[in-house]
Amino acid sequence: MIKNSKIMRHYFRSPTAVFGGVLIVVFLFLAISAPLLAPHNPYDLTAFTLTDRLKPPAWEDGGSTEFLLGTDDQGRCILSTIMYGLRTSFMVGFGTILISLSFGAVMGLLAGYFKQWVDALISRLADIMLSFPAFLIAVLLLGVINRQGVFMMILALSICHWVRYTRVMRGNVFVVREREFVDAARSLGAGHSRILFSHIMPNSISTLFVIGAVDLGIVIVQESTLSFLGIGVPLTTPSLGMMISGGYTFLYAGIWWVVFFPGLVLALLILSINLLGDWLRREINPKL
Amino acid sequence: MLNYILKRVLQSIVVLIGVTIICFIVFQYLGDAAMTLESEDATEEQLAEARRTLGLDLPLYQQYGRFVWRVSHGDFGMSFLTKTPALEMVVKRMPATLELAVSAMIIATLIGGIIGVYAAVAPRSVLSRLAMIGTLAGISIPTFLTGILLIYFFSIKLGWFPPFSRGDVVQIGWWSTGFLTISGIKHLFLPAVTLGMFQLAMSTRVIRGEMMEVLVEDYVRTARAKGLSRFQVTVKHAIKNALIPFITIAGLQLGNLIAFAIVVETVFQWPGMGNLLIKAIGQNDQPVVITYIMIVAVMFVLINLTVDILYCVLNPRIAYD
Repeated sequence: MIKNSKIMRHYFRSPTAVFGGVLIVVFLFLAISAPLLAPHNPYDLTAFTLTDRLKPPAWEDGGSTEFLLGTDDQGRCILSTIMYGLRTSFMVGFGTILISLSFGAVMGLLAGYFKQWVDALISRLADIMLSFPAFLIAVLLLGVINRQGVFMMILALSICHWVRYTRVMRGNVFVVREREFVDAARSLGAGHSRILFSHIMPNSISTLFVIGAVDLGIVIVQESTLSFLGIGVPLTTPSLGMMISGGYTFLYAGIWWVVFFPGLVLALLILSINLLGDWLRREINPKL
Repeated sequence: MLNYILKRVLQSIVVLIGVTIICFIVFQYLGDAAMTLESEDATEEQLAEARRTLGLDLPLYQQYGRFVWRVSHGDFGMSFLTKTPALEMVVKRMPATLELAVSAMIIATLIGGIIGVYAAVAPRSVLSRLAMIGTLAGISIPTFLTGILLIYFFSIKLGWFPPFSRGDVVQIGWWSTGFLTISGIKHLFLPAVTLGMFQLAMSTRVIRGEMMEVLVEDYVRTARAKGLSRFQVTVKHAIKNALIPFITIAGLQLGNLIAFAIVVETVFQWPGMGNLLIKAIGQNDQPVVITYIMIVAVMFVLINLTVDILYCVLNPRIAYD
């Protein structure tokens, strides 16, 4: 295992990783502090009026400092909606990784440890899931459930994402279960659950976090795409994808700011996660 | 090998049966189909009659049997909205989606192939590094955003390409093609590039990785040692072997392209299956959604099967048990 100080030294030597890290911290700060710092509340239907609709950013003709980045077609402040939209992105992103990683890890543990029919069952299920693109499964799930909400979204995306964690975990468990300390624990009388969760799991889970870091970017793209298609979060929840879908027809009228700012933030957010994920992957597991 | 192929065919059938079960369950929990067919103020007797004709009073396994029977005979039910057969609606839109996906795949594979091979042959050159940064950016921009950017620059600002619909199409039998008219190709350009962009970045990275592995092999060095030029070795010897793993990826790519066509079709108002699916979801038109799922499932199973068989034929070194 690499020492922490060495990891930090390596980190500061990679300009792309530092760039990505700084951006993520900024975005996280904006998202967390949205209720305190955002100039307006996009959830509060009484706080915006149609008379403010499609105002340009403050530095353009007709813009005002009240709406720094302008307003959308409903008179919502774009800066505030972006800040709250980032919250949605992070919530769906971290929520999905948390659920799919935990569920995938447990399934992988069971498959790798018990082998035989447990493994056969879980692996066949994984095979079927992997023969369809995750994004397609998410679209169809949300389309069939037809109930919108942040939690529904997290659930649907988790169903698409647990498979990879299971695959990797299963492989790791195959190796770890043959190690001496597992035999030792067993001969001391430890039961299945104790061996699984306090001996095998801690020694086989670390690679999953790397996958999780890379997955975070993918999940956030999927969240924004599903919201763009109108099958993601409900209309009342601020989301970067929905801001873009609501705004892009205005491009024809020369109204660029409704799409430009959320689009820029989304692209930078995903770029920074990918840069950091790429670095983490090279650092912890060059082979993965 | 024959055994392996047979096994894969059987597996594919199992997957398809799994999909029909899921679709059947979805149909079951859709609410009362009898209610949807009859008018709002139907009497209890009329509803009971409708249930009997739909077979909703039968036991579950018999209903499933009837469902499979209907589906295997091409009867996917009527669209709730247009009252026309759902299968016909989806099949009519299939050529548009397939033409879009195949064009995108050609763009992604050709351009990605050239950049990837170059980046592997000259990994330290400035161009290669730029290309690699470019692929990272390509992966980072969501497909719908790429589409909107292209519309903004090439349709609104420059006016070179039309931003939506499919243009003029030529009907050949049941297939409608946009490849044969200038307007069709002009309309195809932006959506195909958008759809290809994400895969382009992926292909570049994959081909570069494969090529780098092949280029350090002994036979490549031998070929160089006997006096062949670098270009000859790359094109004649190395690419051939880097291509085999790429075929698996290509199959996955085609699948991904069909999935992401949903997004591109929505951005460009492209009259394909994905566009229809999103509309059907929005209007709660479940028969159309189910038909889409079944047809796409068949497509995916066929793609996966073809890739596996091709792989097996092309790479006899791998033993299949």
